[in-house]
Amino acid sequence: MTTNLQERIPHRAPATVRPHRRGRVAPPWWFTAPALVLFAFVVLVPSARGVYYAFTDWDGLDPNLSFIGLDNFRAMADDPDALQAIGHTLLIAVAITLIQNGLGLLLALGVNTMIKSRNLLRALLFAPAVVTPIVTAYLWRNLLGPDGAVNSLLGAVGLDSWRQNWLGDPDLALWMIVLVVVWQFAGYSMVIFLAGLQSVPREIYEAAAIDGSGPVRRFWSIVRPLLAPAITINLMLSIIGGIKLFDQVYALTGGGPGHATDTISTLIYKDAFTLGEFGYSIALAVVLTAIVALASAGQYAVLSRNEKAAS
Amino acid sequence: MNRYTRRTLALEMLMIAVAIVFAFPVYVLVNLAIRAPSDTSSPISPTLSPTLDNFTQAWQEGGLGGALINSVLVTAVSVLIVLAVSSLAAYPLARSTAHWSRGTFLLILLGLVLPFQLAALPLYQTIRDLGLLGSVWSLVLFYAGLQVPFTTFLYVGFLRALPRDFEEAATIDGCGPLTAFRYVVLPMLKPITVTALVLNTVSVWNDFFTPLLYLSGSDQQTMPVAVAGFVGQFVSDWNLIFAALLISIVPVLAVYLALQRSIINGFAGGLKG
Repeated sequence: MTTNLQERIPHRAPATVRPHRRGRVAPPWWFTAPALVLFAFVVLVPSARGVYYAFTDWDGLDPNLSFIGLDNFRAMADDPDALQAIGHTLLIAVAITLIQNGLGLLLALGVNTMIKSRNLLRALLFAPAVVTPIVTAYLWRNLLGPDGAVNSLLGAVGLDSWRQNWLGDPDLALWMIVLVVVWQFAGYSMVIFLAGLQSVPREIYEAAAIDGSGPVRRFWSIVRPLLAPAITINLMLSIIGGIKLFDQVYALTGGGPGHATDTISTLIYKDAFTLGEFGYSIALAVVLTAIVALASAGQYAVLSRNEKAAS
Repeated sequence: MNRYTRRTLALEMLMIAVAIVFAFPVYVLVNLAIRAPSDTSSPISPTLSPTLDNFTQAWQEGGLGGALINSVLVTAVSVLIVLAVSSLAAYPLARSTAHWSRGTFLLILLGLVLPFQLAALPLYQTIRDLGLLGSVWSLVLFYAGLQVPFTTFLYVGFLRALPRDFEEAATIDGCGPLTAFRYVVLPMLKPITVTALVLNTVSVWNDFFTPLLYLSGSDQQTMPVAVAGFVGQFVSDWNLIFAALLISIVPVLAVYLALQRSIINGFAGGLKG
């Protein structure tokens, strides 16, 4: 009886068998054309040209290029500034990823409770994430200066011996860049973790508590697996953002003192626009691309395995 | 469990303390921006005789008004273009299972991995050859293309989870694909459009590297470049600089406070996409 009824109502048929061909949705291919043209003009073609230029003596002006093979990359291997910048880039990316997400998760766990100020705290802690990074970086450049607010604060609480030239000290400056990025984007990580935490069913969590499992055990066994998508997104955003970091370095230290805080992105800018070495600069951009691609692929592989294991 | 206990109170105190630490830089920002340059007391002690002179001077000498207009124009036009072309492209990419559709989508996803530093230099040459260096339209063009992969990715993910019934009903009733897209599909895309709008607006408005390259040496500026130029010009006149920083933050924070809930949901919405 029921099967007969269903057969008589066409749009109740299973998705794979569609009797009305006219009703099938087939939006034409040319809908993709405007997006493809823009994407090709701005991203695809220039990126392909960039990869090619990395193997030439391109100077940004002369249309006559000569192919020089791996010379730009060989020069990079002998250039302590470039090697150092690659090291800084990796260190900054890893440090930002760990600290920003660790702090973001703690903040999310704290806000996702019964506390009365949770909505206010969420709005306040997220606010720095919408502000222009170059602006917050200039603000911090003053705060971290020799006569800045951070040193004044240390003096006011009797920690005069802790006062530092935070950005002028080659050993500290890199960590100050990390600090500024974490200050600005910990709230961003928090908001994504919060969205993930809302998918944790309260009943299961409370049942586990009644059954006697402690907060750490509950977090590890119930919350963490359900947070997997939020963790994936957060790690992806912060590691790629960290690898490409430019604005904060430019505003806080300009890559200095010396080359102590140069990243690949600041070297790309300096080599092209102050030294005019476009070919070398674009070779650095190719290295940057390779690092981003490796990081994305590695992270995707590890996390998709974890997400599968968790579900 | 759901009661407000003593431990909840302790947590509340701790979280508020953390928030105060986070807000400390903003206090210093406001505190120094309203301070006369002659006042040399500690940056953390409250300014006793506040003045607005820094703001008027920063506004007049920094060209911030023109920069603000340029930023609004560039952001509005480029985000509008990105949303239009990406949602339109996502429709066949999400619905068709043909080879060309999968291939095109993969090609667009490649754009998620390519850092813009790679394309920026060759594109610099093209923009220069087109005579667009120093024009804000070079930025509109740049963002309109740069933001396509991410936005299309969001739209395709959202569209795949949407039922086809409404479009099919519209098609049976004689709608062409463009009409079906405009009047049936697009209204259903509203939640992800809000997410895409928020994320694109923030990243375009805040971008510094691109206008630094494409507008340098011209009298056209966006807000981030104008601020950087201002810092370069008034090197250690921090009261004035802080006033300029605050002027550049106020429009952003005003929009944020007004639309706080949808902005935060927009950022978190990428999670479901």
